[in-house]
Amino acid sequence: MTTQFPVTNGDLPVGEGDGRSYEAGTDKPLLEISDLQVSFTTSEGVVHAVRGADITVYPGQSVAIVGESGSGKSTTAHAVIDLLPGTGKVTGGSIKFDGREIVGLPRAEIEAMRGRDIGLVPQDPMSNLNPVWRIGTQIEEALKANGFDGGKRERKERVASLLAEAGLPDAERRARQYPHEFSGGMRQRSLIAIGLASRPKLLIADEPTSALDVTVQRQILDHLEVLTQELGTAVLFITHDLGLAAERAEHLVVMFKGRVVESGPARQILANPQHPYTRRLVASAPSLASRRIQVAHEQGQESDELLAPDLDATVPRAGVAKAAQADIVVAKNLTKVFNIRGGRPGASTDFKAVDDVSFTLKRGHTLALVGESGSGKSTAANMVLGLLDATSGVVEFDGTDIASLSAKEAFAFRRRIQPVFQNPYGSLDPTFSIFRSIEEPLALHKVGGKKEREKRVRELLDMVALPQSAMRRFPNELSGGQRQRIAIARALALQPEVIVLDEAVSALDVLVQAQILELLGNLQDELGLSYLFITHDLAVVRQIADSVVVMQTGKVVEQATTDEVFDNPRQQYTRDLLAAIPGAGLEGAAIAG
Amino acid sequence: MLWYLGRRLLQVIPVFLGATLLLYALVFLRPGDPVAGLGGERGLPEAVQAQIREQYNLNEPFIVQYLLFLKGVFTLDFGIDFRGQEIIDVIGAALPVTFQLAIMALVIEAVFGVLFGLIAGMRKGGWFDGTVLVISLLVISVPTFVIGFVLQFVMGVKLGWFPVTVGRDPNFYSLLLPAIVLAATSFAYVLRLTRTSVAENLSADYVRTARAKGLRRSQVTGRHVLRNSLIPVVTFLGADLGNLMGGAIVTEGIFNINGVGGTLYQAIIRGENVTVVSLTTVLVIVYILANLLVDLLYAALDPRIRYA
Amino acid sequence: MPENRYETVPGGRRPRPGQEHFAAEVDEGGLGAVDAVKSDAAPTSLWRDAWLQMRRRPMFWVAATIILLVITVAAFPSWFTSVHPRFDCELAKSLAGPEPGHPFGFDKQGCDIYARTIYGARASVLVGVMSTAMVVIIGTIMGAVAGYYSGWFDVVLSRITDIFFAIPLVLAAIVIMSITTNRTSFTVALVLASFGWTSIARITRGTVLSVKNNEFVTAARSLGMGRGRILVRHVMPNSSAPIIVYATVALGTFIVAEATLSFLGIGLPPSTVSWGGDIAQAQRAIRQAPEILFYPAAGLALTVLGFIMMGDVVRDALDPKARTR
Repeated sequence: MTTQFPVTNGDLPVGEGDGRSYEAGTDKPLLEISDLQVSFTTSEGVVHAVRGADITVYPGQSVAIVGESGSGKSTTAHAVIDLLPGTGKVTGGSIKFDGREIVGLPRAEIEAMRGRDIGLVPQDPMSNLNPVWRIGTQIEEALKANGFDGGKRERKERVASLLAEAGLPDAERRARQYPHEFSGGMRQRSLIAIGLASRPKLLIADEPTSALDVTVQRQILDHLEVLTQELGTAVLFITHDLGLAAERAEHLVVMFKGRVVESGPARQILANPQHPYTRRLVASAPSLASRRIQVAHEQGQESDELLAPDLDATVPRAGVAKAAQADIVVAKNLTKVFNIRGGRPGASTDFKAVDDVSFTLKRGHTLALVGESGSGKSTAANMVLGLLDATSGVVEFDGTDIASLSAKEAFAFRRRIQPVFQNPYGSLDPTFSIFRSIEEPLALHKVGGKKEREKRVRELLDMVALPQSAMRRFPNELSGGQRQRIAIARALALQPEVIVLDEAVSALDVLVQAQILELLGNLQDELGLSYLFITHDLAVVRQIADSVVVMQTGKVVEQATTDEVFDNPRQQYTRDLLAAIPGAGLEGAAIAG
Repeated sequence: MLWYLGRRLLQVIPVFLGATLLLYALVFLRPGDPVAGLGGERGLPEAVQAQIREQYNLNEPFIVQYLLFLKGVFTLDFGIDFRGQEIIDVIGAALPVTFQLAIMALVIEAVFGVLFGLIAGMRKGGWFDGTVLVISLLVISVPTFVIGFVLQFVMGVKLGWFPVTVGRDPNFYSLLLPAIVLAATSFAYVLRLTRTSVAENLSADYVRTARAKGLRRSQVTGRHVLRNSLIPVVTFLGADLGNLMGGAIVTEGIFNINGVGGTLYQAIIRGENVTVVSLTTVLVIVYILANLLVDLLYAALDPRIRYA
Repeated sequence: MPENRYETVPGGRRPRPGQEHFAAEVDEGGLGAVDAVKSDAAPTSLWRDAWLQMRRRPMFWVAATIILLVITVAAFPSWFTSVHPRFDCELAKSLAGPEPGHPFGFDKQGCDIYARTIYGARASVLVGVMSTAMVVIIGTIMGAVAGYYSGWFDVVLSRITDIFFAIPLVLAAIVIMSITTNRTSFTVALVLASFGWTSIARITRGTVLSVKNNEFVTAARSLGMGRGRILVRHVMPNSSAPIIVYATVALGTFIVAEATLSFLGIGLPPSTVSWGGDIAQAQRAIRQAPEILFYPAAGLALTVLGFIMMGDVVRDALDPKARTR
């Protein structure tokens, strides 16, 4: 395995070491945040986003702030470079950079520090580059703003070398291109080039890779690590992924609801979490959970016993002997070709989204379809759902080819297979009350009378562990996890046999994700459901699936039981995916807890 | 880019044919004899009427009439109007004046609309924003012809700063007041559009990235906020050029300008169908060209379009 | 595997100052409250939420008051004046100033300006409401069908929209009105609507195109719901916000267009009292009595202002970007 770890001198004798060394006597913090308070003024009143955060970063060190959405982690980071959005304001505490107080500095002085002393690599590569300027121009701006001395020629050369340094091949040509001509990974590399352009002492990396495919994530994080190590740049990571944080940073800061609930050396926190929140986080982080199972396997234990206590015995595990069951969904040689129209006449090209894909889902089992964006996994799922016609190949449901169904039979088929989608904000009609959303399938399929339907809606809400009073609410009043529960309740309304879970937990926070996975496991046990689980996240797969189909660019790369795939991956691509799980390289002892 | 242009040109053809056919049908398929009504109370002598019918192909089936008219458009030979003037000369006399007026109005609304919109958008919620917003609401609410009268009366008649009417020799100075009147409503729209767009872009991620790079505020505003906010504004302005030329009817009436609007209005009242159709066709062509120009500008301003 | 860098016992050095292992006291709020369903307060649908937002804005109340006032005046002009705008005229009082019972004075024909201003509201409101209603019907259907059924439907309907869009509204209205013998509020509204529907069609098309890609639409499809039913039950309700906003503003602009036509003498006939017509009248006497222009113009401007302000408020309340969730 080639994964790297932050080599930090915290573990080494003072004075000895590489680019990250700090000398004896200069062991002063680079960044010292103490009792930071940040508030936003909204129409509902003042919201305290950060309530007394203390964070210390030493030169050349990497520190990670871990938290869920709304924990105040990004707000804290933005306060450091005075880029709080909207009405955000630092209302108390101090931020010292290199010993100098920067809260309340005049604008010009903050502007002088940005880029030169503190760089930023932002979260979403799609929206963080200005679409109307060339990549090179946007990097040049960073150089010019921070006093790069040298003429136009030198500047252009510097831009090219920065891009090359960030890992973009053919940098000179790339510099002349526009952001929309770049892939997400390339854009993120450009943003890293911008962030490091003026060699800042501190780089704030705000979820720098969470919008990217897992294998790309890994490459970019590795690269960023090597680069900052060479330059001796301190890195402040902002992330929701505890596994990633522990792997990349020496010191962790766990935030929850605007407060630092726990901080300390990464290993200590993983091995010995003190605060109940951190404990839950350690128990639930899919990357860590999956790693725990892995470690256990290496030690010859059954994975069942090793899950987090609250997940234990509820999620049906790989390895649990399930009675041999009949096949419920069989996909045979599925192929889907899309015709892409080009910009010029006659320039249309055929694009094979799904290419000769076959798999089998057994009744009562969970089959995971794993792949990165463009792998064709969702297209395959839509064909199984009968929402998309296959170009060739067949989908058999309980022995019947679904393409051969008459209109009436097709309508009846809908009752037997239902989807749950990724985006908890898009999957419920915002104009429908929760009751109407769940009742709609019943009404459409003329199940029972009005009274019975209401009774059934109440039952379904119980099933997904939501109070019955929720049914009068509207989707905009619920959290992401709650909406996903509603979506599951709607999918269950017609008592289907198969549920297609299309990235159903990917958009959720770690703890909520764990809850939903638990719920799905319980429902499977109670109702004998079969799941087709579509995801990009192998870590989650380990926790829920019986068998795995790995897809890449429309083709099946590998398919086997979950344990086989994890313990004994046969294809390089599968190995890459496994290696890309954050924390995959963490030593067992650190997490077995 | 060339393919993009070519595709846009291809789309223009059905729009041009459809719009001219629609206008032609509206004017010529009206109930009643178009010729019998000419010549006032007494009407024209039979022989003259017959001659006119012959001249304007009125004896042909409708669709043939239309095709002959189209042929005229492409050969720049619109024929002569009922008073014996070459219609192309009538257009040639009227079009430049209206064009000058519309361009002046366009410049006024663009400069002031973008400027005020930028300041208001940068400080959304401030006193300047509030004031400008109320003014823009008032300007939109008061119809152009009322603004025209009031400005004409106050600035022209009472204060004497501007000529009251333009008349025969239009020049920059005499067209200034009409141009302001013509620009007024669109100015308010440009202002509001710029304001919204600026306020939206201010919170865009790439603006934050630009600030994080260490750019000064003026640089961020100019190179990122304003530059990106101009995209929808330019689109609006281009489409508005056509509206300004068509909408000049009222303004030209108030200030007695012999432009397309005035000529068209006279022709409509007198029932000179051929002149009406010819002038409206010219306006439609201007409108379509302006929209084509917008698309090209759009592509120039937004690189994402160029390769689409 | 790499060498063991993560021993359970921290090696060698202690953490540096400020980086010792720290755990906060457990908050009284607890962790359980993370994902509770709000149980107090009434459920807020999108519309209710918009209403709650709107009613906080003073501008909403100003706009609502103006609109309500104008509509009342238009519906029951006799509540506001007992003077008849056309029959109670005396030429002797031509352009005379205000006097008791006649607060705004008299116009050139010696008619009471106050009464004419009151009675002028009806024509404007009637044309505005009728043309907006027609435009919404035509535009929504055209746009929804083009956006939802895409393919050839979309190509043909979009080109038709382009054609109508290429002819300026006032220009087309002038051409048609000049040949219309029967000029009533209804015909004026019809003419305005027949060329004014294109913007709403384009807006609807764009919204429908984006709404139909939502996952709740796919969910409805996988329930076996028919396309037409999905359009009516899911897509249209979620596309209605921009249509409502545009329609509110369009009402104002149609009132201006009607006034422009009446002002040019090809809108409503002189037998119908209208602000546009009265402004044209007043303009002819502007040098003798400029103030009489003010009243019909103010009535017109106030009405349009009311609708445009309302459009602004409604847009702010319905704008998805303004919402946090």
